[in-house]
Amino acid sequence: MTVLDPTPLIDIRDLRVTFNTPRGPAEAICGVDLSLKPGEVLGIVGESGSGKSVAMMALMHLLPPSATITGSVTFHGRELVGAPRAEMDRLRGAKIGMIFQDPLTAFNPVLTVGAQIVEALRLHDAALSKRAAWDRAVELLAEVAIPQPDRRAAQYPHEFSGGMRQRAMIAMAIANRPELLIADEPTTALDVTVQAQIMDVLHKLREERGIGLILITHDLGVVAGAADRIAVMYSGRIVEQGTVDDVFYASRHPYTRGLIAALPRLDGGDGPLTAIEGTPPSLFNRPRGCAFRPRCPVALAPCGEDVPPLRRAGVVESACWRAADLAEVPV
Amino acid sequence: MLRFVLRRVIATPLLLLGVATVAFFLSQMTKGDPLSAIVPERQMNNPEVVAAAKQKWGLDKSLPERYALYIGNLVQGDLGTSFSTRRPVSADLADRLPATFELVLAAMSFATLFGITLGVVAARYRDRAADYLARMFALIGSSLPVFWSGLLLLFVFSVQLGWLPGPGRLDARSVAPPGITGLYTIDALLAGNLPLFVEALHHLLLPAVVLGWSVVGVIVRLVRSSLLEVLGQDYIRTARAKGAGEKRVMLHHALRNALIPTLTIIGFSFAYLITGAVLTETVFSWPGIGSYAVSSARSLDFPAIIGVTLVGSLAFLLANLATDLAYALANPRVKLQ
Repeated sequence: MTVLDPTPLIDIRDLRVTFNTPRGPAEAICGVDLSLKPGEVLGIVGESGSGKSVAMMALMHLLPPSATITGSVTFHGRELVGAPRAEMDRLRGAKIGMIFQDPLTAFNPVLTVGAQIVEALRLHDAALSKRAAWDRAVELLAEVAIPQPDRRAAQYPHEFSGGMRQRAMIAMAIANRPELLIADEPTTALDVTVQAQIMDVLHKLREERGIGLILITHDLGVVAGAADRIAVMYSGRIVEQGTVDDVFYASRHPYTRGLIAALPRLDGGDGPLTAIEGTPPSLFNRPRGCAFRPRCPVALAPCGEDVPPLRRAGVVESACWRAADLAEVPV
Repeated sequence: MLRFVLRRVIATPLLLLGVATVAFFLSQMTKGDPLSAIVPERQMNNPEVVAAAKQKWGLDKSLPERYALYIGNLVQGDLGTSFSTRRPVSADLADRLPATFELVLAAMSFATLFGITLGVVAARYRDRAADYLARMFALIGSSLPVFWSGLLLLFVFSVQLGWLPGPGRLDARSVAPPGITGLYTIDALLAGNLPLFVEALHHLLLPAVVLGWSVVGVIVRLVRSSLLEVLGQDYIRTARAKGAGEKRVMLHHALRNALIPTLTIIGFSFAYLITGAVLTETVFSWPGIGSYAVSSARSLDFPAIIGVTLVGSLAFLLANLATDLAYALANPRVKLQ
């Protein structure tokens, strides 16, 4: 592993996102702190609606105008919250790359894959000729292990298979050698065998280029093998974070424990998988106190009074009033 | 692609034959007597004159006989003789079609240019003043009757301000350029006659704007709504994520996709206006197909009516073919076979 630079690549402090909706304001992110060192891989895990994608979209300025963003996001010390569009345009696709869940809809259907990679290149390097950009696009496709890259570059997205499209999406996102890559559910829309290939491509990028990676997923299994650290999100907050091993073996949050128990395992355990009962709360009507309380198997009456802060609990940081008691219960 | 076009081209005459058959029998079912268009009213009581006319125009023959005769002539390119102009219908159409074509071409160019521009403006500034203004302009064009807006514009620009000439394709004393294409603007250019080109263009301007304006509304609405839909797509987010500015996102990524459904309405409008420009042609004394259709319908001039019907159908068939080709060109997911 590369020697880690002590100063964070990206530092998120008290990020809050509120959507203005016809039903009133909906706070999707209620104060998130996160930081990532250069070359580090952070997995953000949570159910749909937990706010993991919204947080990343917020830092990339990709949310609709109905979203109000407060707090601070610094990239290399530069503040991104409230940054002008022109500055974001210089940053996005150059220093920060992003890949999305569904690679079919994420490509423009009327432009060839090559043309879209060429665009990404030339947007950030006006001096690059079309010819040279095309050659570079073909190289990039080869780099993510797409066979016959020169022929493939001239094809349209619908002529690619799902896994191939996601590789091409990665090729486009890394075209300008970004320092940070945000992958929003990169494998969710793909077959399991293809998922492994995509994770392999991402793993190589990190090994060879020291790229910092934020991996958003609802699948703990995906981050287990790929990430250095995990942050678990629930209803707009980070409820637990720590290194992968610490979270898996010493979690102090009942929600994380529920997610782990819901994972299918190859080693032992013939019993049925355990599901977490209930559904996440609505953004318009969060319960008082801990948002997980209505679904929590260990909740006590005081859990409904105040929101638990994220505090050190053993080897991890956990936002649970009962974190200390959970030390007695093995994961 | 080539096979697709070829098949369509082969099917066209068959479809036209079908249209001719329907038009022929429909015209026979009307209560009106075409003899009234042929024989002067004073002579109607003279059985000899009536019989002679009937024989001359074939009206004494039975229906199947007349049908066989008409279709037989039609396949040979003979559309019959007009009852009222006494000239071959094909010659009448050949005279008038270029005038209409020039008018519709200009009108559709105006409508497409304005429709797309205003549609983009409306979508870009959704629910803001520019959006309302663009849609208002479009709505006025669609709702004002052409005979009113045409007369109004003529009054203002021709009578009051004197900036533009009155009705007609050219000034009264001007001589038409040698007919190569039949489009006066093009023919004047081909003849190297620049003043005549400018004159023809001036005459074309008002009717084209009036006619085109009536179509702008549909295009604006369609471009606006499909742009708004496209702007919500994932690939627009991707474009922004790779650092594309808003102008580039709009024109390079969104508009290309939004124009695909718009192609259909442009193709359809073009075909529709070939026979549907009646009012504009009447207001501006434009000697086109529309005014010919009206006068032939008035005088129960059956050969001319069927001729116009065939021209209209052909316009639709060709516009459809052109639309399909443009569609395949604009959308790589469409394969013609």
